[in-house]
Amino acid sequence: MATTNHHTTIINALYDDDDILLKGVKEVKAKGYHIAEVYSPFPIHGLDHAMGLKRTRIAIAAFMYGCLGLITAISLTYGMMIVDWPMNIGGKPSFTWGENMPAFVPIMFELTVFFAAHLMVWTFFIRNDIYPGRKAQNPDPRTTDDKFLMEVELSGDKEELMSLLRNTGAVEISEKIN
Amino acid sequence: MLIGAVSIGASFFMGEGHHEGGEHTENHEGGEAAHHGEGEHADHVEANHHEEAAHGEHAAHGDHPYHADPSMNDEFHKTASRATRENNHFYSAEEHHDAEHAHHQVQNKPWANLLVNNFFFLAVALGALFFLAIQYAAQAGWAIVVTRVMEAMSQFLVIPVLIMIVLIVLGLGHSHHLWHWMQEGIMNPASENYDEIIAGKEGFLNGPFYIARSVIYLIGWVGAALLLRKMSLKMATTADPQRHWVKMRNLSAGFLVFFAVTSSTSAWDWIMSIDTHWFSTLFGWYVFAGMFVSALTVLTMLVLFLKSIGLLPEVNHSHIQDLGKFMFAFSIFWTYLWFSQFMLIWYSNIPEEVTYYMARWGEYKGLFFTMVAMNFLFPVLILMSRDTKRNYGFLITAGIIMIIGHWLDVYIMVTPGTVGSHWSIGLVQLGTFLGYAGLFLFVVFRSLAKAKLMPEGHPMLQESKYHHI
Repeated sequence: MATTNHHTTIINALYDDDDILLKGVKEVKAKGYHIAEVYSPFPIHGLDHAMGLKRTRIAIAAFMYGCLGLITAISLTYGMMIVDWPMNIGGKPSFTWGENMPAFVPIMFELTVFFAAHLMVWTFFIRNDIYPGRKAQNPDPRTTDDKFLMEVELSGDKEELMSLLRNTGAVEISEKIN
Repeated sequence: MLIGAVSIGASFFMGEGHHEGGEHTENHEGGEAAHHGEGEHADHVEANHHEEAAHGEHAAHGDHPYHADPSMNDEFHKTASRATRENNHFYSAEEHHDAEHAHHQVQNKPWANLLVNNFFFLAVALGALFFLAIQYAAQAGWAIVVTRVMEAMSQFLVIPVLIMIVLIVLGLGHSHHLWHWMQEGIMNPASENYDEIIAGKEGFLNGPFYIARSVIYLIGWVGAALLLRKMSLKMATTADPQRHWVKMRNLSAGFLVFFAVTSSTSAWDWIMSIDTHWFSTLFGWYVFAGMFVSALTVLTMLVLFLKSIGLLPEVNHSHIQDLGKFMFAFSIFWTYLWFSQFMLIWYSNIPEEVTYYMARWGEYKGLFFTMVAMNFLFPVLILMSRDTKRNYGFLITAGIIMIIGHWLDVYIMVTPGTVGSHWSIGLVQLGTFLGYAGLFLFVVFRSLAKAKLMPEGHPMLQESKYHHI
């Protein structure tokens, strides 16, 4: 999440290889610095673990959305097919929800999936502060091509951090201009 | 049952013993044989016990209205209108022109029990072979650390397929009546046993072709299992394992094509032809899904067991989670196919099709729903989360429920058409299951003990050891 705190200085370090970047992330992290964000053109295996990010809770949200979808489907089929306009389903005019349940299973399945999938996407957008028309937060457009960028929050001596970053194999180091 | 349990315990002990170079093989085999003797004995006692009850029913059937008017019975049979709720006797009615029917059902009982257990363990071994072939055909790297367990499971395959062929030969010799179409004269218009619908299926369901198909399965499946095992063992010593690996890939791909056809046809042959009048185009897949999920569950249980006694240190949490994912995913796949078959038949309610579920809805209703709950609800709810798929306790709980559930699934496929209302699940079934389990574990652990648990020389072994998700 690209939230920038104006009281801290951010140092940008640019890398040209994902393995070197991953090693760099681990070394910088081991020295006690906080890594604000990493930009990469593709997902890097093990990066979130190395950055010390918390595990996502979107699975729990998805489960609850799925349950909501299931409940919606049950109420929908019950309301429409049993209460409001009782339907003779497959020549079995039992007019109870339980006896006609097999016919409603596809609806229950589809709405569970629909709710879980769509609400998960919207949750992801909201949590990541993304919406249509938003200006890109990317500090360096080259990270959409073949470069990788690490944003480190400065604490302590600036020169020390810069030389640490240079030693990890960064090809470009600069202070982020806000 | 006690002997069965002892035999399981012994086989576990043997498994470990073998790894340490113990020499208890003969002792163990003796125990196994004793157990089987016991099981058969119990079966016969059971059969005798039911004999009298059968005669009683036999007499009662004489007064059955359908018998009073043979022409009506015939008509009744042709239109298959027995699929009505009012007609509770329809399993009897289905073959009512055969006055020996109830007697046959009781006679079938020990045979049906054997078929259920035999097919369940055949499915476990065959599913493992299928999964092994997928690893090679898909060039998968992650699962290489557990391929030896799959290989060991597939080595069991020859035993249940041979027993299946023996069952078929005995059936054709009228020792039992598991497959109704094997009835004498059923395809002969002059015979009183004549059944027009079954006679129409003679092109596929006839003795020689039936045996030939089973022998083809035997050769294809067992051949693939033995060859894959042999080539995998060779990898450790050969100078060029890469070439072997390519050969195994080609063999696996060929086997998968063969399996795609034969998994369906074997399900039609051995299971679907029990309810000879009935057919379902989805049946092969449904049986396959049950087969694969049973095999994955048994594989996971074996891997967890081997890991817990410290024999598979290379297997990490990511491997375990992936196996858990397979169990979870294929439980849902099974449910999807089961429900697809069920819902279409339930919805259309056509007599020719719905008989199958009428039989399972009647006296088997409790088992039927228990089975679906065990095979769908439990795995879905227990194995949905990432953490439970990494927790041995949860995995083993789900695994035991799924193994029992899929055994019940096979039971419900076989039993209504063979023994009708004379079903029971008791010590005989449990004993046979445990006997088979003991034999299965004995074969698996013996072949595990013969080679190193890591397939040395495999080009992807290193990749698998570093598997991380």
